[in-house]
Amino acid sequence: MSGLGPALLNSLEMGLLLFVIAVGLNIVFGVLNIINFAHGALYMLGAYLAYTLMSLAGLSFWVALIIAPLGVAAIAVVIDRLMLRFIYHRDVADSLLLTFAILLIIAESIRSIFGSNIQAVYPPDALQGTVRLLGGSYPVYSLFVIFSGLVILAGLWYLFNRTRVGKIMRAAALDRDMAEALCINTRMVVTGVFAFGAWLAGVGGVIAAPMRTIDPGMGDKIIIESFIVVVIGGLGSFPGALLGALILGAIYGFGGRYFPEFNLLLPFLGMALVLLFKPTGLMGKGANA
Amino acid sequence: MTDPILKISNLTKRFGGNTAVSGINLEVQPRETIAIIGPNGAGKTTFYNMVSGRMNPTEGKIELEGQDITGLPPHKISRMGVSRSFQINNIFPEMTVQENVEVAVTAFHGHSRKLFNFASRNRAVQDEARELLGKLQILELADRRAEVISYGDKRLLEIAVVLATRPHLVLLDEPTAGMTPDETKRTTSLIRQLADTGDYTFLITEHDMDVVFGLADRILVMHRGENLFVGTPDEVKAHPEVRRAYLGEEEEEEASA
Amino acid sequence: MKQNILIGVMLVAIALLIALPWYAPFFYIFIFTEILILGLFAVSFNLIFGYTGMLSFGHAAYFGMGAYTTAMLLLHQDWPFVYTLFAAMALSGLLALVIGFLCVRLSEVYFAMLTLAFGMMVFTIAHSWRDVTNGSDGIAGFRIKEFGLGLDLTIGNPTVYYHVTLVVVGIAAVILYIISRSSFGMILKAIRQNPERVSFCGLNIRTYRLASFTIGGIFAGLAGALIAPFLRVASPELMHWSMSAEPVLMSILGGTGYFLGPFVGAAMFVLLETWITSFTESWMLFLGIVLALMVMFFRKGVLGTFLDWWMNKND
Repeated sequence: MSGLGPALLNSLEMGLLLFVIAVGLNIVFGVLNIINFAHGALYMLGAYLAYTLMSLAGLSFWVALIIAPLGVAAIAVVIDRLMLRFIYHRDVADSLLLTFAILLIIAESIRSIFGSNIQAVYPPDALQGTVRLLGGSYPVYSLFVIFSGLVILAGLWYLFNRTRVGKIMRAAALDRDMAEALCINTRMVVTGVFAFGAWLAGVGGVIAAPMRTIDPGMGDKIIIESFIVVVIGGLGSFPGALLGALILGAIYGFGGRYFPEFNLLLPFLGMALVLLFKPTGLMGKGANA
Repeated sequence: MTDPILKISNLTKRFGGNTAVSGINLEVQPRETIAIIGPNGAGKTTFYNMVSGRMNPTEGKIELEGQDITGLPPHKISRMGVSRSFQINNIFPEMTVQENVEVAVTAFHGHSRKLFNFASRNRAVQDEARELLGKLQILELADRRAEVISYGDKRLLEIAVVLATRPHLVLLDEPTAGMTPDETKRTTSLIRQLADTGDYTFLITEHDMDVVFGLADRILVMHRGENLFVGTPDEVKAHPEVRRAYLGEEEEEEASA
Repeated sequence: MKQNILIGVMLVAIALLIALPWYAPFFYIFIFTEILILGLFAVSFNLIFGYTGMLSFGHAAYFGMGAYTTAMLLLHQDWPFVYTLFAAMALSGLLALVIGFLCVRLSEVYFAMLTLAFGMMVFTIAHSWRDVTNGSDGIAGFRIKEFGLGLDLTIGNPTVYYHVTLVVVGIAAVILYIISRSSFGMILKAIRQNPERVSFCGLNIRTYRLASFTIGGIFAGLAGALIAPFLRVASPELMHWSMSAEPVLMSILGGTGYFLGPFVGAAMFVLLETWITSFTESWMLFLGIVLALMVMFFRKGVLGTFLDWWMNKND
């Protein structure tokens, strides 16, 4: 049973990282009714910006952690002002098509600038090395990932439960009529929400950079994982995003240990099961056609 | 008295803490025209949504010709002979007027499962569609795109689509809302003619009292989700509580408008 | 009058396609084989998107399934080519039926997301199940020994393969066209414009959506079956999401509102690709920009915009 502790910590690490990214996707969907297919590309952009700042500009990880997500958010503002504003009032299909095009543009720009090779950045000195914990040796950086995830979770909880803006966002995500009644679709709010979602993706990208490889395919993997998280948890539900992320984290953490040959398929099977028995997700409601 | 075509017992719908429809009982006789009146928010549309399968009731039972249809999905209820219109136009905007009706005729006859015929050569379906357009007096618009015809004509087109599935029970949700006085008059007399054929049973929600009194055999007055009164038009006109709760308010609205 | 002009243009185009090997440079035989195959792929996608209103971002799964089926049957079983086409259609259709069953039950947004996710699942399987799919190298080294139907054709000859493709794609296009104009097709169009009204006409729209999705999958599988001998390999890239992007872009480029729109889009796509990749590697980047501009400003596509303008002229 000595493997149980590390598996649990691995699950928590994966789950919280996925939560940070998926909740951004969920906020944008909830308030703007757009599934942002470029969300994974924005995450990748965060990782590449961190790589640029650290490896090429020689800045520290901590500086990159502040600047890179803001850079991603700034790019999101440009995307919103330049492109998305044309289609907010059109059919849903158009927003899906456009964010898909943005995914292609970002992913291929990165490929043509940085090439297809794998890049790497290293954790700051303070976060290197391993500690002994729960009967296994465990990288300090992984503890930092868990800690960061918890900080963002707490911050989001505060935002959604203790601030006016957050309460409106949460209510709007669950009830579209209410969103319209509150005139929530004003330009500032739309741009702000889209940028905030992108910022979360960027944070996820920077945090993931030292633990995962940086390559032009990293966005594909994470967007699929985020989709699985929100389908399991329920589209538009923030507690659902946490639940979904922790479940998927556990599938990776424990599934990888006990069923390595099915590791890649297990998340999809989990998603298919949820779709069969509770199509709107474990904590979602009212998404039926 | 014959068996009722529609029997509704204790129909209730709650959204969270709000009760939109509360304990409605109603028996509708075949070939009857019943108007449902009440101020905005009285629960008329919610009532329709439950009868047509768009929403599940919280409590209560809906029986159609003796069969329990409570909570069935819309397509099954439609198959059993209930058809409805919506308050907001609900047509196929990019099709021609005639094609709009053809879709419903095709669905009714089960042609919709045919993959290898040419729909544009299906004379039987087209003739049936044109006959319905004739009944609604919009045949001359048959080849126009549905999104470009006038608002009033769209309302008539939707009625044609509703009738194309040969329903026994027709639910019309404010058929004359937003129409000009002339269009309202024309529509009222058209519905009157359809009712007089004896082929249909109508439930009609309506704000325009002239339309209501001109069409209804009986009137159900709803107020805050509850059944305030059911009676003939004359009884409704005479009922003091109804006058206070609904007709009075209507006059106030007109006075302030 | 205008109808007749259109029919005339069509007949000339068909004649030009048949006679292509006798007047065009050899290189264009490959280009047009690819256009025909990808055109069929795009038309099969547009039955789901342009007609039924469901945006599938995982259509490459069925394309790839067709390619793998043909490649593996040729490699391991030495089946006659024509039979592998039917097998490819059957297996792709089955895959679309299973995935579609899970996806069509939910709203449009969910549908787009789920098709992408399941598409990537199929890609992941093709990429990782080395024993069967040979991993990222894919299935190669197969040969068409026999055509089938008692015909003795040298498929290895690009000109012969072009004509085989033209006939197969032509038959498939006619079948899809008839479906699109049938009563069933009319219901699909109605579902795109107003699903609620259709269910209040007594039809279970899930059944029709699933049927449309499955038919789209079947013909994507046929296109995939044709591409495997053309590329001489069936590899996981055929199932990647960037491959799913191609029919999306072709349909938007040509126009989703007309049956032939995706074919026109496929022709533009392949010709542009050939031209652009001759001086830059960023073809996909260019693709993204074109897709974005088309969606923002030119939603009816090239054929759609032209035909709408031309049909309304002098009316």
